[in-house]
Amino acid sequence: MSGMKRTALHDEHVALGGRLVPFGGFEMPVQYAGILKEHEAVRKRAGLFDLSHMGQFILQGDNVAEWADGLTINAVGTMKPLQARYNMFCNPSGGVHDDVIFYKLDGRWMLVVNASNADKMWAHLNANLGDSGVKLTSLHGHNALIAMQGPKSLAMMQPHVDVDLDALKYYFCTEGNVYGKHAVIARTGYTGEDGFELFVDGPDAPGIWNALLADHRGDGLEPCGLGARDVLRLEAGMPLYGHELTEEITPVQARQTWALKMSKPSFVGKEALAGQLERDDYSRIVGLMMAGRAPAREGYKVFLGDREVGEVRSGSTAPACDNKNIATALVSKEAATLGTTLGVQIRDNRHDAVVTALPFYKRSK
Amino acid sequence: MAQPQDLLYSKEHEWVKLDGDIATVGVTDYAQHSLGDIVYVELPRVGKTLAQFGNVGVIESVKAVSDLFTPIGGAVTEINGALDADPAMVNRDAFGEGWLFKVKVGNPGEAANLLKADDYDVLTKE
Repeated sequence: MSGMKRTALHDEHVALGGRLVPFGGFEMPVQYAGILKEHEAVRKRAGLFDLSHMGQFILQGDNVAEWADGLTINAVGTMKPLQARYNMFCNPSGGVHDDVIFYKLDGRWMLVVNASNADKMWAHLNANLGDSGVKLTSLHGHNALIAMQGPKSLAMMQPHVDVDLDALKYYFCTEGNVYGKHAVIARTGYTGEDGFELFVDGPDAPGIWNALLADHRGDGLEPCGLGARDVLRLEAGMPLYGHELTEEITPVQARQTWALKMSKPSFVGKEALAGQLERDDYSRIVGLMMAGRAPAREGYKVFLGDREVGEVRSGSTAPACDNKNIATALVSKEAATLGTTLGVQIRDNRHDAVVTALPFYKRSK
Repeated sequence: MAQPQDLLYSKEHEWVKLDGDIATVGVTDYAQHSLGDIVYVELPRVGKTLAQFGNVGVIESVKAVSDLFTPIGGAVTEINGALDADPAMVNRDAFGEGWLFKVKVGNPGEAANLLKADDYDVLTKE
């Protein structure tokens, strides 16, 4: 794969038999032992992910919060020290440049963006600096990100860090040492399970990765690829950029209004999103549960009776839902009522699918 | 793994077992491994006449839809109905219980267009 970048854990992926595919400009493992086995590890025990392809930017300056509040839909200024918060950068039409997470660290902010949008976001942030005084630094491709996700994450991770992880609340972060190496440790993730994300220097990543696997494979920890991650996030009802969110699909359409703070005085996209909410006539993302065994896939057409009403945006078999096939679709309003039976065109046949509340899977606390 | 010697193979990674004029068709172990966890198999209907190397169905893994081709032509006499409830059988036993369908061979000469085990083995190592 010429021209592809490699993460700090590339040699580890090869040694583990990972199947490498191009993703977001990097060679990334889509799977190791198999997507279903990896999925099971995360739902029942824990899985280890290399997410070093994601963009890590550092924001510094006195006005970061105020500046970011003008560019994003969620509130940045109200974040507490060491809090993490999901957010989106929109375009003036309300479509999404990227969905991101802000981390309010001691003396600086960290912004994590999608790998596929990292270059676009770097340009977008720089183009909007103005006289804010905000200083931007990209760690993309230099820093690593290791995620451990699953119900056993706390028990597996705690012995190797010098901070009390049990005291770390969901969507908060701290700084500490993992196997003696400095890390930003966040209780965040993209699987619907408890877990931790470790932001570390690239050269420290292989040692941490190998030590976690050596110490906990016997407890059921599995290296997991992006294939399992996609199934896990879809079950958990989390949008994936390029599927449920795009430059054309707004956070209102994606049903992410919980992250939309219309009380902020102004931000890019606010007027367009206000108009969309007011009219309530937009096509929207729904969950679909397929009645039969044929999986729905991205791009398949969706029908209400004989009328085409939209298309599938993501689809997969869902081990957490008795191996039924689940999907998201962008459909017109009249097709979006929970319980409505729609038809998904799969090759030559129309297959029943029921509009189902998201998420498909919620962990028991 | 070594390829079973009593089968013939296509370059698309299907196998054929000839028993008189009935041919049993499946995908190879190499193919199932490449596909990953198989979650759905769509097979041709019994009675349908298939042309050699024609597209006759799909095999879907968690992430991908792959076309299924038949390595030999003929009329479908039987499909492996057990795969509807347990498509992962193809992963577990590609050369055995994970067979896909059987055809009554129309032209036995088509077998000459297929690969023997050792030649197919070379193909999987390229």
